[in-house]
Amino acid sequence: MRIFAALLGRELRALVHSPIAGVVFTLFLALTGLNFYLILSAFTRSQTPITLVEAFFNTTIFWYSFLAIFPLLTMRLYAEEFRQGTFEMLQTAPVRDWQIVLSKFLGAYLFAVALWLPTILYFAIYAWITREQAAPALGSYWGSYALIALMAAFFVSIGCFASALTRNQIVAAILAYVMIAFVFYIGLLGFTMTNLAPPLRAFVNYLSSAEHMYEFNRGLLNTKPVVFYLSLAFLLQFLTHAVLQARRWLR
Amino acid sequence: MIEAERLTKRYAGFTAVQDLSFAVGRGEIAGFLGPNGAGKSSTMRMLACYLPPTAGRARVAGFDVFSQSLEVRRRVGYLPESTPLYPDMRVGEYLEYRAAIRGLGRSQTRQRIAAVLDQCQLADVERRIIGQLSKGYRQRVGIADALLHEPELLILDEPTIGLDPTQIRQMRDLIRGLAGKHTVLLSTHILPEVEATCTRVLILHRGRIAAQGTPAEVVAQSRVANEITVELDAGDEATALLERIEGVLSVQKVPGPEAPWRRFALHLQPGADPRAAVHALAVEKRWGLRELSRRTPSLEDVFVRLVHSEDSTATP
Repeated sequence: MRIFAALLGRELRALVHSPIAGVVFTLFLALTGLNFYLILSAFTRSQTPITLVEAFFNTTIFWYSFLAIFPLLTMRLYAEEFRQGTFEMLQTAPVRDWQIVLSKFLGAYLFAVALWLPTILYFAIYAWITREQAAPALGSYWGSYALIALMAAFFVSIGCFASALTRNQIVAAILAYVMIAFVFYIGLLGFTMTNLAPPLRAFVNYLSSAEHMYEFNRGLLNTKPVVFYLSLAFLLQFLTHAVLQARRWLR
Repeated sequence: MIEAERLTKRYAGFTAVQDLSFAVGRGEIAGFLGPNGAGKSSTMRMLACYLPPTAGRARVAGFDVFSQSLEVRRRVGYLPESTPLYPDMRVGEYLEYRAAIRGLGRSQTRQRIAAVLDQCQLADVERRIIGQLSKGYRQRVGIADALLHEPELLILDEPTIGLDPTQIRQMRDLIRGLAGKHTVLLSTHILPEVEATCTRVLILHRGRIAAQGTPAEVVAQSRVANEITVELDAGDEATALLERIEGVLSVQKVPGPEAPWRRFALHLQPGADPRAAVHALAVEKRWGLRELSRRTPSLEDVFVRLVHSEDSTATP
């Protein structure tokens, strides 16, 4: 446990000290702030049937800023250590590979989730000024943030896996982005293609992050997406571990 | 401390280490020599549990490097060739982190860090960021890290590479100071270094052991030690006549001197010294004689000869 805590501490400190974290954090706050501002100004101009929370988690700006942070956060995890040679120091210390895998995942994951904490303030400030809730029920908030946390587990895992495949951070970022975008855009097919066969539509909706969000930010918790994201996150961590083992043999 | 049996490492397409068998006893300082690509780093990486052997086995402190890898890793301090360190950390921070992932307790960590900082003369850079340190300091941080958990075996891959002569001397003193308490396996290209520090030498060439033993033994075993050089003003019959001298195994003409002088290298049976007989022959045949010498070879001569002669037999 102490060993794991030390590994995790190192991961968090490396993230916080790296310039990427600052850039990601600033960019992210600017985009979500802009997103919030645009929605508010749209709301003041016209009546809409949806709530502020639903709107906030469904705009294009939201999805782009949400999806784009994962490759940036995870690209250096393994690739940088491979290039620096420090991974050799890790693998020759009395540390098991799964401890490394888990600490790297958890470090990036905690950071990715922490990014969202300031956005709670947006809604708090809104409620304070307008004396009106941004959503009709607390479930809306819980649902939205729970889904963010679930999706983050999956997308961070994609990033970990991509980073473990290469020594080059840029390649890792591109790989991760392609994989994330692939999953996300398949999920959008249900919205864009109206003539999809029903079983295919059901499958596409099962994968669809946008569809999940539509349910969760009205406070409807569904176990299917929970299983979907967690099992894929687990599978990817398992694959990452396999890649590390294979690297020992295939060099 | 180290027992390697027919250790083999194959990478895609080529064999880096072939059937390597050797043993290093507790408290010894063993030097790994060999040209670049001889398989030194591969062997060290296998002993440090970074790469699994393709075939054969190796035991460190009685534990198998493959099946009991964690036990081995707890007992080994390893410094790879490039001294990889996290450039964003401070020296003290880094050592604390490395102590923690090796499972050292809090008070033990404090005590050991103080000890290695002192041992490696790093106390004045404890608060500095590693990325801003010079090569010599970084090298010492790497060694301090390797010593942190008082390992039984220390594996240092070219610890003196990139250091200036003063630093090399400091490194040598440091390594010598480790003898007895720790077993050390180090690789280097600086041969006088090995003669000065090591109690045992392993010369690797093309993934195989070309010679091993104490530095003196390795020198004594080699052909260079059993060779005399003679320069004569003699006719073509000289080669045959010299070969007939007792103790001479073969005679080789060495190109170089201007006519009429000829230069010969005489390979001898171990222990033989027919210099007087050569002189007598020259007097008898009325040859001019202007050099007759036997050199005490250095490890470097032996090394160059081993590596060179095997190269020439491999590619005739």
